[in-house]
Amino acid sequence: MDTPSRPAGGSRTASRTAARGGGLGVLAIATVVTMTAALGLVFFWVPLEAEQGFLQKIFYVHVPLAIVALCGFVLGGLLAIQHLRTRDPRWDVRSYVVIHTSLIFAVGTLLTGAIWAKGSWGHWWVWSEPTLVSFLIIFLLYATYQPLRFAIEDPERQSRYASVFAITAGAFVPLNYVAVNEATAYVHPRVFSSTSNLPGSMALTLLVSLAAMALLFATLCMYELTAKRTRAQLRALRRRLADEGEGARSRPRSPAPALGYAPAAGAHVSAASARGPAQPPPLGAAGARRPPL
Amino acid sequence: MSELQQLAAGEPADASGAGAGMDTSADTGARAQTGFWSAVGALLRKELLVELRTLESVPGMSLFALSTFAVFHFALQRSSVEGDLAAGILWVTLLFAAILGVNRLFVADADQGGFDAFLLAPVDRSALFVAKALALLAYLAVLELIAVPAFALLLLGAPLGPALGGLAGTLALGDVGVAAIGTLIAAIAVRTRSRDLLGPLLALPLFVPIVIAGSRAVAPLLVQAHRGAGGGPPTRWLLTLGLYDLLFGLIAYAVFDFLLED
Repeated sequence: MDTPSRPAGGSRTASRTAARGGGLGVLAIATVVTMTAALGLVFFWVPLEAEQGFLQKIFYVHVPLAIVALCGFVLGGLLAIQHLRTRDPRWDVRSYVVIHTSLIFAVGTLLTGAIWAKGSWGHWWVWSEPTLVSFLIIFLLYATYQPLRFAIEDPERQSRYASVFAITAGAFVPLNYVAVNEATAYVHPRVFSSTSNLPGSMALTLLVSLAAMALLFATLCMYELTAKRTRAQLRALRRRLADEGEGARSRPRSPAPALGYAPAAGAHVSAASARGPAQPPPLGAAGARRPPL
Repeated sequence: MSELQQLAAGEPADASGAGAGMDTSADTGARAQTGFWSAVGALLRKELLVELRTLESVPGMSLFALSTFAVFHFALQRSSVEGDLAAGILWVTLLFAAILGVNRLFVADADQGGFDAFLLAPVDRSALFVAKALALLAYLAVLELIAVPAFALLLLGAPLGPALGGLAGTLALGDVGVAAIGTLIAAIAVRTRSRDLLGPLLALPLFVPIVIAGSRAVAPLLVQAHRGAGGGPPTRWLLTLGLYDLLFGLIAYAVFDFLLED
């Protein structure tokens, strides 16, 4: 009984460090400070743009959202490469969390872009705005990421297929952007073709907003990862508690194959799965292996 | 098929050979190299043979393309189209027909144990990708041989003759991309619960750059005024198609192995 309980004890100390946050608190404070600074700059410092006036301020939300979401999708692909190389399910969870947060940011980009388009051109949707159009396509592509995951039952295969998808889609993001941009570049004059022609105060505000948005992205990802880790540990502890309450009677009857699932807490897992097949697949990397939701 | 069986039967012989006397690694390397292309050849032959005997994909794809042309005729209320509209109709029809083929591509392997049999054979797994992509490319070529003349006959208001060279080149470039991504998506979708739904959902956004570049390359060819003097399709869009083919061909080739592990 001693041998299996030792790794569980180890995971308990690990859970304590995880509960302290692992830098999450610092990151959250940095995000709040930068975000406040960015909003302060946007609303109280940076001058109104001559042509569009107050409406142009959505630019400081829309553009950082778009950049962070694009980078997040590519980052998700890179993490997926790491997953396929190392076969460590933790990389898959990271890839999942990054992609799923980027998807939310992409929705934000679409919404703010639509509002901006309505304000400046009078239409909710303009096909001549390449960023919006490529975001729509990328959004449509990544919207299939979760249906794909949940359509595959075997957790190992699910993470493998999701990584293959994430790599392909991550490479698709820049190429699609180039194609759409090239297709529309000559149709409509861009409001801001690049940041180089911005006045200094606007460029600074944009940079601060970008930093704030990136920090927000990082905080959300870290938060979700920490929550997943904590939930897995909580589940492990709960199962351990249930095992101890039930006594050693069920343990000898445990079927051997279940041991393969989670070597970290072997005996408890097998005891848990011996009680009923309806039990969710156990443990160890449970948060990592199962469709993270 | 027979070659695959040979390859499969070759495994124990190799093992016993290695037990009796040490193989030199250079020898095995050379054998693996020839093994790859002979495996591709065997798989491709099997694929085309199955298609010839069952006629499961290509006739369906062609018929679908023909009925789509009829649907476009009634939906647009036009008896002839040219320019942008013609290019768009042609590409949309070909892509949707291609998706039918993509959906069928791995179904037999998944349902009847073809994957397991392939994994038993001691060959590189990428051979399956290359063979399937080549088979899909062949299906697309046959589809276009039927659909493009039918399109010219039924809907196209411009003469096809002078545009033929540029059209064939653009379609060929587009087909390579469709075959590479289509094979990858087919292999992903076939092992999921809702394969018929997920395949098109995954494939269509990925095909968008092909549609953008393809229809823009073809559009100037399909106009009344075009008499072959203006030369081929715009190079910019052919380059975009080529870049797409190269990038996604390599990516699909690289990640395909990971789909075939169980």
